Amino acid sequence: MATPREVRLRIRSVKNIAQVTRALQAVSASKVRKAMQAVTNTRPYATKAWQVLTHIAGQPSKESLHPLLTRRSELKSVLVVILTGDRGLAGAYNTNIVRFASQKFDQYPLPVSYITVGRKGRDLMLRRRKNIIAEFSNLPAAPSFADVSAIGRLAVDEFLAGHSDEVYLVYTDFVNMVRQIPTMKKLLPLEVEEEDTRVETFGQDALRPHAAYIYEPGQIEILDQIIPRFTALQVYQAILESLASEHAARMVAMKNATDSATELASALTLEYNKARQQSITSEMLDIAGGAEALAQAIG
Amino acid sequence: MPIRCEIVSQDRMVFQGDVDIVVVPGVDGEMGILPNHAPLLSTLKFGILKVRSAGEEQFFAVSGGVVEVQPNIITILADAAENVEEIDVTRAEEARKRAEEYLEAGPPPDTDAYLAMEAALRRSNLRLEAARRFRRGKLTHPYERGEGEGL
Repeated sequence: MATPREVRLRIRSVKNIAQVTRALQAVSASKVRKAMQAVTNTRPYATKAWQVLTHIAGQPSKESLHPLLTRRSELKSVLVVILTGDRGLAGAYNTNIVRFASQKFDQYPLPVSYITVGRKGRDLMLRRRKNIIAEFSNLPAAPSFADVSAIGRLAVDEFLAGHSDEVYLVYTDFVNMVRQIPTMKKLLPLEVEEEDTRVETFGQDALRPHAAYIYEPGQIEILDQIIPRFTALQVYQAILESLASEHAARMVAMKNATDSATELASALTLEYNKARQQSITSEMLDIAGGAEALAQAIG
Repeated sequence: MPIRCEIVSQDRMVFQGDVDIVVVPGVDGEMGILPNHAPLLSTLKFGILKVRSAGEEQFFAVSGGVVEVQPNIITILADAAENVEEIDVTRAEEARKRAEEYLEAGPPPDTDAYLAMEAALRRSNLRLEAARRFRRGKLTHPYERGEGEGL
């Protein structure tokens, strides 16, 4: 049995851990709220941009609209953008999303290359010997659109250069504080025809245009501006969702850690008290035995 | 008969309401859009966007974007937009100074940082210009606001 002194030291260290995890839990809770707020703020633009795109797609037109909207007849390779965290201590958050991507793409019949966002994702994917063409890590805690638009632009460039024929986005969707779901979304080519699901996602009805547009300067120039921006915006939204999920996962993990630390501390306190009583009892027995022996020797 | 107008930038809804006319800085020049305009899609350049509703004029500084006109709604997707009244002049001034100092130091052109600073300089100049010219009380046409009576 441990000595009371040793147990006391352990209690102190466990309590310290509980303090740290409790602080981390509080910090994560406030970060979740901020990330969710940021997602909500980008929604009007995403909704409007999507409406404009559906309007353009609904236009009577013979030739295909734009390379970014055109599905390729022959698929040779795909690109996956995977969003993970820079830091650990978030429960199974990082492993979950990487495992999800593996399930989807390990058995894929075509060559798959990856763009990783987040240090943890990069490390995990490297360990699995994936083909990574670019990695983005050390994102700011509250990224602005400008901070992350390069990711979307890179995906668009890769697609346009013909290095990949489809681009997927793998991220963690934030449902609520205890539920975050790994999700896959097709980023490019942008499929405007399947408007039903998308329009529903953004919670808006698609307005059917009544007449053909006047374009100024031209259709291509306008689409050139909207589509890459819209793609980057989708990436941005996914990053914010992932951030909210990461913080939520961390918060839950830290809550569990705090709870078990508290539990451990109380178990250890019990053990400490027992050990202390035991030592007192044995000291008393020693004294009593000593007194008895002394009495006998004198008597 | 007013028409609905919505101005959104990437991070928020900047303006929504019913308006009588919108004047936008199109790439090929200023464009005034009235109700019952034909459907139109156009790109925007750096400039001032003017919205008038019931004789009230509002000005917005926009740095590029797209305008879509539908029979019942005008949508402006701005890369960045803000109401002239909201512009923080001191901050814009500081940003301009920073950008100018950076560019004067003569860093190698064509790098990302250089281009970003150049864009920042253009943006702050636009904002300062907008704030100077269109702040309430400093309108160029006082008559329209009913302040020029007796002239």
